[in-house]
Amino acid sequence: MKQLMLGNEAVARGVYEAGCELVFSYPGTPSTEITEYVTKYDNIYAEWAPNEKVALEAAIGASMVGARAFCAMKHVGLNVAADPLFTAAYTGVSGGLVIAVADDPGMFSSQNEQDTRAIALAAKLPVLEPSDSMECIEYTKLAFEISETFDTPVILRLTTRVSHTASPVEKGEKKERRDIDYKKNAVKNVMVPANAKTRRIELEKRFKRLAEYAETSGINREIQGENLGFISCGVGYLYAREGAPQNSGHLKLSLTNPLPKKLIKDFASKYEKVYVVEELDPIIENFCRSQGIDVIGKDLFSNYGEYSQNMIRERVSGIKTEHDGSDIELPGRPPLLCSGCPHRAVFKALKDLKLFVSGDIGCYALGAGAPLSAIDTTVCMGASVSGLHGVLKARPDMSDKAVAVIGDSTFLHSGITGLIDIVYNGSNATVIILDNRITGMTGHQHNPATGFDIRGNEAPAIDLEKLCYACGVSLVTVVDPCDFEASKEAVKQHLALGKPSVIIMKRPCILLKNSLREKPFEVNAELCKSCKICIGIGCPSISFDKRAKIDKESCTGCGLCARICPFGAISGGDDE
Amino acid sequence: MSNSRTVIIAGVGGQGNILASRVLGLAAMKAGFDVKVSEVHGMSQRGGSVITYVRYGDEVISPVVTEGEADYVITFEILESARWISLLKKNGVLLTGKKKIPPVPVLSGAREYPEGIEEMLEKKGIDYLSIDAESIAKTAGLKKAENIVMLGAFAAYSDLDIEFFFDAMKDVVPERFFEINKTAFIAGYDEVKNR
Repeated sequence: MKQLMLGNEAVARGVYEAGCELVFSYPGTPSTEITEYVTKYDNIYAEWAPNEKVALEAAIGASMVGARAFCAMKHVGLNVAADPLFTAAYTGVSGGLVIAVADDPGMFSSQNEQDTRAIALAAKLPVLEPSDSMECIEYTKLAFEISETFDTPVILRLTTRVSHTASPVEKGEKKERRDIDYKKNAVKNVMVPANAKTRRIELEKRFKRLAEYAETSGINREIQGENLGFISCGVGYLYAREGAPQNSGHLKLSLTNPLPKKLIKDFASKYEKVYVVEELDPIIENFCRSQGIDVIGKDLFSNYGEYSQNMIRERVSGIKTEHDGSDIELPGRPPLLCSGCPHRAVFKALKDLKLFVSGDIGCYALGAGAPLSAIDTTVCMGASVSGLHGVLKARPDMSDKAVAVIGDSTFLHSGITGLIDIVYNGSNATVIILDNRITGMTGHQHNPATGFDIRGNEAPAIDLEKLCYACGVSLVTVVDPCDFEASKEAVKQHLALGKPSVIIMKRPCILLKNSLREKPFEVNAELCKSCKICIGIGCPSISFDKRAKIDKESCTGCGLCARICPFGAISGGDDE
Repeated sequence: MSNSRTVIIAGVGGQGNILASRVLGLAAMKAGFDVKVSEVHGMSQRGGSVITYVRYGDEVISPVVTEGEADYVITFEILESARWISLLKKNGVLLTGKKKIPPVPVLSGAREYPEGIEEMLEKKGIDYLSIDAESIAKTAGLKKAENIVMLGAFAAYSDLDIEFFFDAMKDVVPERFFEINKTAFIAGYDEVKNR
């Protein structure tokens, strides 16, 4: 029976059907739901690891002793996991090892665009690219087979559209398999130079065997046509199929590393013009050129953003799709911090104190947007803490005017090492941990500080306060950010300290079941002087029409607006 | 593809876009069609503008929809309807809720909420229907079910039998909310049929 399945859910199904027993991941849009769906299968061990490097290393360990293991992450997560990845290509596997990586062309929810195929090329790892949910199941299973047959980790490359599109699938049976017995093999698994030199040669040999497989396995499929030929992969294949003239030929590459030289040459020789449709980097295009195959690619299309069938149609055939548009200039609708979000109070305090704010990756990156506009920098996971260290080494005079803000999950992911640097190499930094008791942005995943595991069972909770003290900071203050005066005072006190210190702003995400909700607040229109100070905190529940107004439905009673109103015009919540 | 139907569902984060698009996609699949439902998660959920694509037909190839490709644009908020009419095909149909949710620039007083959107749609000769989905949902007993009301309104236009929608809702909506959602759906359906 057919079932409508999200690409990510289908990957999880593939993991199950492949008989994989262990999954280690760190959440990241658009990859998160893969691991969440994995938890629906009771017989698979799954965990949220503190970061992608840890996740992949754990999976490598599981594979080395004979189990099938799997990781899922987003493209920037693979940067974090790049170190083990490159050397796991040398050791190879025992049980199959598959890493699903979701790229985000168009940057719907990422800080950059990256093509995972470029990393796979550098690491010499095979890449499978599904186009729809059925292929997500099939290729996940195939990835495990290739992994064990060729003794290599395999990358399953997804993009936002593949991960987040639902299409019909037919479920298959679970493969029954027995773990491969562990046999010590230091020459293969201990990557000291002497052994790595041997494995380096093995890597080249394996890659040749994979290139042969790419030519003959039938995984790269051809649709015969005339005049124009289109070489494509992933969701690009779907755009090419729909956007190209009806009678065109297609070569769908499902294994995009290594690429099949002969197959591509034969295909290209049949057509007057050959186009390469691949989002992001010109990987296939460059390969074709290196083989002396004349193709049209990035010059006509684009090496950034998402493609579409319209784009292919327009640029290949010159056919424009007519459309209308609004005559009224419309205000944008950017996302914003939720009503009652504990981060808002922190950013209001930092803005009032006119501080340099070193930012990080999470919901709280929304503090960069108007009207709060409270963040100076955001680069990658953990960079707020180490970035602030660099700021203060360059400009020690800024130590009482600068802070770092980082979420609980992000701090445990890679902020902790920055804090160690701050203590060890002595910058007088103030680090603020925005501890909302959950991984927020990706949709509420547990992390080592929440006290629960991936399935919601109780787990040991890392004590952030003790952890920071153990790193050697001189003061850790825990405060509720919505206790606005106290938290603002804490920031002032820490900045004046002149020593490495941490403030933990602790209050649960307002979207959590156990969040602190009070009765809604309201504005006394007679007392409101229309100063708009409350508007400046960017709360979706507060609007302005001659006077400030609070929407009773959405107000969660955090009371920040009442605390900052200079005229005492706002009241409610607990005081009622 | 020539026989496929392309539907856009747009609104503001929290209005139940994804649920509505899943119900529609599933209903189409139950009716025997090939389907693709494309969602965007992440940043857009925090009160931002959210759009999902549903395409169904004998064979659906691409999951995305760009300018001038949609047979139907369904929006839960009137400003968003103006934003997404660019996706509408010539002769396509727009179904919009009348609800206004002020975006940040309006909340902060930097911009006014745009007036005259319905007049503009009228002037352009766009085939559109605006529905007070919020009141209809309230009357049906579940204020939050604006998305389902709008889906019911769409069902009155579509070639899919409403039984497929009910079947799909059974799969997607928690059991205890099924009946009330069904009531909301029928209210939306009747709103169009009785005009």
